[in-house]
Amino acid sequence: MSISKEEVEKVASLARLELSPAEVELMAEQMGTVLGYVAKLDEIDATNIKPTTHVLDIDNSFREDVMHPSLTQAEALANGPDQNGEAFVVPKII
Amino acid sequence: MEFETVIGLEIHAQMKTNSKIFCSCTTAFGNPPNTNTCPICLGMPGVLPVLNKEVVESAIALGLATNCQITQWNQFARKNYFYPDLPKGYQISQFDLPICEHGHVNITSGGNERRIGITRIHMEEDAGKLVHDDREPKSYVDLNRAGTPLLEIVSEPDIRSPEEAAAYLRKLHAVVTYLDICDGNMQEGSFRCDANISLRPVGQKELGTRTELKNMNSFRNVQKALEFEIRRQRDLLLDGEAVIQQTLLWDPDRQVTSAMRGKEEAHDYRYFPDPDLVPVVIDDAWIARVRQNLPELPDAKLARFINELGLGEEEASILTSERPLADYFEAALAHYPNGKKLGNWILTELMRELKGAEGMDIATFPVQPVELARLMGMIDKGTISGKIAKTVFEEMIRSGKDADTIVKEKNLVQNSDAGEILQLVQDILVNNPEQVADFKGGKTKLMGFFVGQLMKVSKGKANPQMANELFSQELNK
Repeated sequence: MSISKEEVEKVASLARLELSPAEVELMAEQMGTVLGYVAKLDEIDATNIKPTTHVLDIDNSFREDVMHPSLTQAEALANGPDQNGEAFVVPKII
Repeated sequence: MEFETVIGLEIHAQMKTNSKIFCSCTTAFGNPPNTNTCPICLGMPGVLPVLNKEVVESAIALGLATNCQITQWNQFARKNYFYPDLPKGYQISQFDLPICEHGHVNITSGGNERRIGITRIHMEEDAGKLVHDDREPKSYVDLNRAGTPLLEIVSEPDIRSPEEAAAYLRKLHAVVTYLDICDGNMQEGSFRCDANISLRPVGQKELGTRTELKNMNSFRNVQKALEFEIRRQRDLLLDGEAVIQQTLLWDPDRQVTSAMRGKEEAHDYRYFPDPDLVPVVIDDAWIARVRQNLPELPDAKLARFINELGLGEEEASILTSERPLADYFEAALAHYPNGKKLGNWILTELMRELKGAEGMDIATFPVQPVELARLMGMIDKGTISGKIAKTVFEEMIRSGKDADTIVKEKNLVQNSDAGEILQLVQDILVNNPEQVADFKGGKTKLMGFFVGQLMKVSKGKANPQMANELFSQELNK
């Protein structure tokens, strides 16, 4: 299983990662190995197996619509890289 | 060249739940920034979202109300993109298996009834709110709204004009508010809409290049933005230029659409099933239970108002356009039997007062339905005239007093004493010999003048029907 350098660059840009040419090379090789490993599943005949999206065999796990107190403003903002006391501050994006 | 307009709408309706879709924070609007958040809706690592059951109930109800098929086996998916209002770096949404599909609603626009298909309705979480600084290159992030439950309703490209788009939007607005799953407040963004619009030469099958319109936070703006965009696209096409596929923002102040700034990136959301959430399985019993609890919906109410109460189609459709108005009407109707008269009063007198008063709406209208019913009864019994009733109604709104009290306090009881009225009538005829002569000469319009004189001297209290009869009687002697 091989993955092209272009594919690596596209995924990197979607993930906002900056890779050097050497890293792109390395990632293409490593991701190819990972994908190759997963591709082993193709060897299994899965015709009669239901598609699965969750490892647990349970469904309908709900909460009732009940409100609980939230964090305080200070607690909510505590981990932000920049804040002004009431909001997270980020570079302007429109 | 003649063009056909093709429009599809995407509506986002915020659910009226107490808590958010995957955590227990409040969904209340208007609190100080970042006071309604917790590790789950802040997107902290290691937390586990758990689905609010009420959101599923609401989605099933909306699906049934819009003739959709309800998907039995549901899964949530992650929609991956980076934006500062999205703390996790992905939005939890539904992708290949939305909870409702293949629905439709019927709309009436320009006298034509049309069926508009609904492609899908899916559950998802709302993002936070960004406020941009005017002077500094900074934006401020408020995550109170992050995680508020949304139902996204996607229509088929079946809409052919801005009027139809507005009619469709009003219909969906009525349905979600009748179901009481969304407060429908467009100013606060609880009910918002994006539009896809393209033109194609009449007769052409393939769709033209579309643009997406955003930022239209009222029915009126949706219609205006679409009208503007049709003109813009038509001008381009007639000049042989291409329409560029892009997202446009409606500017309600300048009444134009303009391209969103910044580089348009091809979307690549890399949807995949969210491993944090287990499947939602909806069986027939669940669907049946929701169906049983559905309230009467706008179409059914409209039909009933027309067929059983004898209202005209126009009156009935206004009275059913919003649930609070329909509820008011029906609450009054429980105490007053004539739906046609009552509807008429609400649509003229009550609506006029509502329009004139800033910030007043039907839900907070100071005259209770039962009080209006009593006022209507007083007109029917002849206690007061219809004209006086309007004055009494205004006074009820201003003072909060009931009709009986006002009529007594102001001594407004209608005078139906034939002897007294006859005396007044005769006086008026004696004092206006010229008009009497003209009337007898054929100027029958002068009847209005005579009745007017009588109302003046009786301070509006003379029974108008009697007045007319007595004048006719005396003048024809």
